[in-house]
Amino acid sequence: MSLQLPVIVVITPLVISFLVFLSSWWTKRSVFPLVLAALTVSLVAASVLLKAVMAQGTIQYWLGGWPPPWGIEYRVDHFNAFMLILVAALALLAAIYGRGSVEAELPGRVELFWSLYLLLITGLLGIIVTGDMFNLFVLLEVVSLAGYALIAIGRGNATLASFRYLILGTIGACFYLIGVGYLYIMTGSLNMEDLRVLLPPLYGSTAIRAAFVFILIGFGIKIALFPLHAWQPDAYTHAPSAVSVIISTAMAKTLIYALIRIVFSVFTLDFITANLPVFDILRAMAAIAIVAGSLFAIYQNNFKRMLAYSSVANVGYIVLAIGLAPLTPFGLTPGLMHILNHAVIKMCMFMVAGAFIYKAGLVDIRQFEGLSRKMPYTSFGLILAILSMIGMPPSAGFVTKWYLILAALDAQKYLLVGVIFFSTLLMIIYFWRVVEIMYIRVDTQSSESLAPPVDEVPPSMLMPILATGVLTVVIGIIWITGVFDPLVSAINTSFGLEARP
Amino acid sequence: MIKPVPPAFIFMAGALLVPLLKGRLKAVYLIALPVLAFVDLLAMDNGTYWIVRFLNQDLIFGRVDRLSMVFGYVFVLITFIGVIYALHVKDDGQHVAALLYAGGALGVTFVGDLISLYFFWEAMALASVFLILARKTEDSNRAALRYFLWHFFGGLCLLAGIVLYALERDTIAFAYIGLSDPSTYLIFIGFCLNAVVFPLHVWLSDAYPRATVTGAVFMSALTTKSAVYILARTFPGTPFLIWAGALMTCFPIFYAVIANDMRRVLSYSLINQVGFMVCGIGIGTQLAINGVAAHAFCHIIYKALLFMSTGAVLHMTGKVRGTDLGGLYKTMPYTAVCCMIGAASISAFPLFSGFISKSMTVTAVAEEHFTIVWFMLLFASAGVFHHAGIKVPYFIFFGHDSGIRAKEPPVNMRIAMGMAAFICLFLGVYPDPLYRILPYPVDFVPYTAFHVLGMLELLMFGALAFTLLVLSGYYPAEMRAVNLDTDWFLRLPGRQFILFCQKPLQRFFESMNRILLGVVGTLKTWPRWAVGTEEKNDYLFHKKLTAFPEFIYARARYLKTEIKQLSFNLTYILLFFVVLLWIMLYWTG
Repeated sequence: MSLQLPVIVVITPLVISFLVFLSSWWTKRSVFPLVLAALTVSLVAASVLLKAVMAQGTIQYWLGGWPPPWGIEYRVDHFNAFMLILVAALALLAAIYGRGSVEAELPGRVELFWSLYLLLITGLLGIIVTGDMFNLFVLLEVVSLAGYALIAIGRGNATLASFRYLILGTIGACFYLIGVGYLYIMTGSLNMEDLRVLLPPLYGSTAIRAAFVFILIGFGIKIALFPLHAWQPDAYTHAPSAVSVIISTAMAKTLIYALIRIVFSVFTLDFITANLPVFDILRAMAAIAIVAGSLFAIYQNNFKRMLAYSSVANVGYIVLAIGLAPLTPFGLTPGLMHILNHAVIKMCMFMVAGAFIYKAGLVDIRQFEGLSRKMPYTSFGLILAILSMIGMPPSAGFVTKWYLILAALDAQKYLLVGVIFFSTLLMIIYFWRVVEIMYIRVDTQSSESLAPPVDEVPPSMLMPILATGVLTVVIGIIWITGVFDPLVSAINTSFGLEARP
Repeated sequence: MIKPVPPAFIFMAGALLVPLLKGRLKAVYLIALPVLAFVDLLAMDNGTYWIVRFLNQDLIFGRVDRLSMVFGYVFVLITFIGVIYALHVKDDGQHVAALLYAGGALGVTFVGDLISLYFFWEAMALASVFLILARKTEDSNRAALRYFLWHFFGGLCLLAGIVLYALERDTIAFAYIGLSDPSTYLIFIGFCLNAVVFPLHVWLSDAYPRATVTGAVFMSALTTKSAVYILARTFPGTPFLIWAGALMTCFPIFYAVIANDMRRVLSYSLINQVGFMVCGIGIGTQLAINGVAAHAFCHIIYKALLFMSTGAVLHMTGKVRGTDLGGLYKTMPYTAVCCMIGAASISAFPLFSGFISKSMTVTAVAEEHFTIVWFMLLFASAGVFHHAGIKVPYFIFFGHDSGIRAKEPPVNMRIAMGMAAFICLFLGVYPDPLYRILPYPVDFVPYTAFHVLGMLELLMFGALAFTLLVLSGYYPAEMRAVNLDTDWFLRLPGRQFILFCQKPLQRFFESMNRILLGVVGTLKTWPRWAVGTEEKNDYLFHKKLTAFPEFIYARARYLKTEIKQLSFNLTYILLFFVVLLWIMLYWTG
């Protein structure tokens, strides 16, 4: 049984996503339990996988029994297992939260939403477990298509936002596919492990370098790295709340995972450091992304749009950590931390944004006056997430920044330290604005404008908000205590980086 | 096979569920918790376990040996009795606080490192504050604040000591420390404050009489005795403690004799009894440590019994002052008998539990030839009888008839008192079970002619003195008055300090403010250049500097992501790609 786990993680949501749609013809009530069941199975399977990986190392699974260079291989090592649990857990939390908001925002299309949602999760989990370049492309398209549909399902400008995402996302996927094509022509293989062995003799080749650039740009668009982020704020803003929650966290982090996987596992550290200034470029791009994302966020009045730009800045943090990885003994540690930390923090924030829409129909920050008194618990969750994002010790955001600064100092990149501090300042500016309006400004006119009295969201939405809010602090403490050290150092070692927690 | 868990967690986790239950179920649950903890204690083996690695230190939640087991047993036992005594209380907060408090005491008893010791130590202090606050009178609120300040001070000393100690010795082991460095002195002060060592004792006689009826039972049992346990483990054989203990046995007698509030009398006698234990720790021989453990065990039971019976009177009549009470034996015979059993035990009457434990400590002092100390302890033994042994029952249940005809207390209180009274009698007659669980092997025989006769002589002369004094009218009359203790030296300066802050200091700053505002005002209106400067400053800070991000934003607006900018977006993706490709292909590193 445990041999089949890698495929169970992926196949359960896939099968149930169709079952959900079919069963909704008989009764709509079966939809949500099925979704929960599928996600729970995935989460449990992922947990068992992590335990197995910690015990016995990398697990390989051949789809249909075909051996790797020809067949598709699923490989689960420490990094995959970590990401699997993260994505499965986030998906489950978002589903629990989403039930209420989906019924309110998309009446009559609930089963359609959940079916697409499970398809999206299938794709994400598939991207994580797969060990095949082309399979990754296919799953990337599964994710993207589900994503386009999920965004387009929303109201207002959602269709246009989805269309832009469709165009830009397809360009990104094309770039990636061209890169993979180059690699295939040069080596004749699509398996990641196989490519790693076959590539070293071809290190000088122009085609391989071009392939790398294509793949980098492709993923740059997909993860919304700064100048390539154009699709992202619109998509996050206009998507239904539950969709914003999942695509801003699980999807974004999974694609960053895929970038890290390809950079470090396929092209390897030796190739890049010997041939290309990739890490220098990544650091520069990241620094620009951090500052620019925060700067744009300051000028937004739409809460979700502000969060989206904040995500652009935070993707910058993770890419910065990737760029610093080969220079310091910390390796990828700050990046891994921020993948987890930012996912939880941003999830909490988007959930709160959804809660405000659900209860008060508010997205404009300027109208948030007095919300803290009407929805005290939700606001408290937001405060926890904001404090964590800004970096109050001992929260999760603080740990990331602390390690990033340590790494930058260690690499003697003092400018980057300045960038981190400056962006923190900018973050305080735009988050403080929200806090000020919600908590400090006197409630003058909004009590009349909100004709139905606003109160707390239902428990099924409130619990995930508070859970993630508290988690932002708990995770910070967990990082400090070093419970994850063995995992993190195993990941760093597998990429040939030095590991110091 | 049951796997034991740290007993502190049973109480602490259990306490949190109390508010969820109601009525009879809650009563059953409250009684079940100590029983569960007791079963847990029985399942624990000697040794060191439950080690948790935290911040590069090993936290040890289970360091179990014979010394900690004695205290563990008696803490669970008294929690059981105390919970039964408090069953009628409707206020969930008190139950939760009491259970957290007991959990803290058990945690202190079984931890093996200083960090978690500190944690449980502070948990105890914090939980017990709520037992005073729950009385909900103005007086008790202020007493709770004072109590909290005292313990906060002790806790800070302890924390500072622990930090310094860990840095100096590179260990956080909770084992023998001994007085040597400044850090050990700080730790010592922290422990001594809870062990009511003179002159850090004032919080006890201040706070305990103001606690709730049921809270006082827990407080009399847990705080001081856990401190005694800790001192016995960390500072045995410290000469200072012999003299401090001897002093503690003597001076409260005078206060107790003139005190009017019966629970305050008991509080002073508590200090006196803890003095015996502190003295025994100072001696530090095997017999002395045995005596300390045995005395702590017996003392917890009989002092709780005394607090319960006076508490029962307070509960039924609402009065606890000697001047207001008297002649209650007619209507509360059961309570009166329980109170007298407790009084006999604390006076160390033969056949009562105090006798079999106190004589161990006194004998240990004699064996080490501390003659003066020995005399002080003898004097104190007689003195105990004088105030706690006779005074408390006499003034409440006998003496002049106050005319109060109160009924017996509720049945749960009677059961709890009966259990404690039974244990007092049982241990006095048959001390073997207690002797068997003491830390060191016992070859001590309490019932020798010397001990019994010596004790009886003391007691009889004490009784004679009391009788003569009362009959001749020289006994200090019960008066409503405030007795001065060492806390006078703190309270007076404290009040002066607050007065100083309120009056002169505040005035001073107010006047400073006024002057400053005046100066600014004149500057603003008077010369024209001042106005000009201010306008310029305003322009610089509010226009120029804030315009800076605006400036960048205006230049970068093509990177915005509104829908109409799709063509721009596509253009710069292409540009970006070309630039990157160019760098990558023509870069030679």
